[in-house]
Amino acid sequence: MLKIDGISKTFNPGTNNSKTALNKLSLHVTKGDFITIIGSNGAGKSTLFNAICGGFYVDEGRIVLDNKDITYDKDYRRSKSIGHLFQDPMRGSAPGMTIEENLALAAGHGGWLSTISKADRDAFREKLAQLEMGLENRMKQPVGLLSGGQRQALTLLMSTFHPPKLLLLDEHTAALDPATAEKVLAMTKRIISENNLTCLMVTHNMQSALELGNRTVMMDSGRIIFDTSGESRSRLTVADLLRLFHEKTGEDLDNDRMLLS
Amino acid sequence: MFISWGVMQSAIELGLVYSLVALALFLSYSMLNVCDLSTDGCYTLGCAVGSVVAIAGHPALALLAAVGSGICSGFVTAFLQTKLKIESLLAGIVVNTGLYTINILIMGKSTLSLNDCETVFTRAKALLSGTVLAPYYKLIVALAFVVLVLVLQLLFLRTRLGLSIRATGNNAAMVKSSSINPHLMITIGLCCSNAITALGGCLIGEYNKTCDINMGTGMVTIALASLIIGETIFGKKTIPWRAFGVIVGAVLYRIVVAIALRLNMPATALKLVSAVIVAIAISYPTVMEMVEFQSKRFAARGRNLYRILQVTFGLLAVIFLVLAVINVWSRSFLILLAVLAAICLVWMLAAERNQKKVKAC
Repeated sequence: MLKIDGISKTFNPGTNNSKTALNKLSLHVTKGDFITIIGSNGAGKSTLFNAICGGFYVDEGRIVLDNKDITYDKDYRRSKSIGHLFQDPMRGSAPGMTIEENLALAAGHGGWLSTISKADRDAFREKLAQLEMGLENRMKQPVGLLSGGQRQALTLLMSTFHPPKLLLLDEHTAALDPATAEKVLAMTKRIISENNLTCLMVTHNMQSALELGNRTVMMDSGRIIFDTSGESRSRLTVADLLRLFHEKTGEDLDNDRMLLS
Repeated sequence: MFISWGVMQSAIELGLVYSLVALALFLSYSMLNVCDLSTDGCYTLGCAVGSVVAIAGHPALALLAAVGSGICSGFVTAFLQTKLKIESLLAGIVVNTGLYTINILIMGKSTLSLNDCETVFTRAKALLSGTVLAPYYKLIVALAFVVLVLVLQLLFLRTRLGLSIRATGNNAAMVKSSSINPHLMITIGLCCSNAITALGGCLIGEYNKTCDINMGTGMVTIALASLIIGETIFGKKTIPWRAFGVIVGAVLYRIVVAIALRLNMPATALKLVSAVIVAIAISYPTVMEMVEFQSKRFAARGRNLYRILQVTFGLLAVIFLVLAVINVWSRSFLILLAVLAAICLVWMLAAERNQKKVKAC
């Protein structure tokens, strides 16, 4: 499904600020996988997502999605098959445009000169109603008026409007208050299972890293240091994870947003 | 009468034609969030191309040629800023500078006269002669073009392409993640807006029956002033409402100009007025924040900043007026300064009232 083979990326090479963010990283994802990714600050989690999405081109290595080499594809072309949610709820939607206009862009129905039809509106309303946030009655309102949680939920809806081959979630609930975060996470789980999406999720919550999905990957210094799934994963506890990290790196897992329980 | 209907009518006609340029900026500046500084040159380009074709005997074809030239100019600006990564402001300035030479090349000399050739206006005049509409032929032509451009623009902005262009100006990252190429959107948007600018230039050439190499100087500021006047009066509501406001803003601007000319203000002063309008309108929120903050500091020391500013501006207005009356220096400039001081005075009075209201809440 997704094959990442030995990708590396060094920012500002040859200068004092040279930083190797990805170091010959390889990761093979099978269809239907839901992988949670944990790691300390600067481990390269977000950089990995950016490399997959095409935010930059990697220095070496290959990225193959569904048997198609996308290593040198432009970001906007990749986004057809990859959905990407960020921690910042403001990033995924246009604040000056209405909810239905945002959804229309995500839906991308019809030709360039087509307008939002009644059928589109009905489809949008139905999808919005599933969020249970009352957004279906506010379709003509600008997105800038929504709260962070509502905007993140809308972004989730937009990036999964056409189920993508791959969904990347970069701590997408971290900036929300706990109640809203839980709601958005529940929504995410439902959408993923309904559409049987393949998903990578960065999380700072160690507990949900083990509870969610079927596989957990630990990153450090641009590499994957630990990869577990199945039987061995189900026996792991948060304490085990911390101990493992210490064993592999000789350091304590250090993430300023880390939630241990 | 202070201003005759004839003067008023020509102000409205001019305002309508100029509103095309303001509508172009509405697309590039308000929707796409790109300040296109090639507007000055593109406007002259439209006029130059249009005049040359009109002199050759094809006044209607001239409009199409102007639109075509505008698209080319917009494409170059867009290419520089998307593919060659030149800062959008700089790309506009670079194209603007280059267009000067191109315009001279097209015109062959620095001024062209369209006095002896047919224009869309003379054609309309011939068409309408003898009917009740005869005296309004210029107004009708100008209005027809504005309505045409407005309707096309509004229809365009509702399409998926139009939505994508708006989203590019609003949140480029989101456009990318919707599998839309933002570079393509900037290119299409600038081509469209420059086409409208050039059409405006062409129509002004045919309206004034002249084309001058320097006619575009300051056009972008004037159009921005119209845009801002419109948005201030009409508010930022729906898109059609805002676009309509832009046209009203352009017409109002020309009416103000007509009044100023009636007061014997030199035409050269108008560019300063437009510059001041644009500067004030864009810096308005920052200035208000600054005044509010400083007023708090002054209040902590037991002083009222608003009162101090009001007295200062009031005194300034009176001093300028007195100087104007005893005629020490250019009277019209002094009156202009007095009016500006008076506006600031009213502004500060309003600001203080507003502040009190906020506190009461």
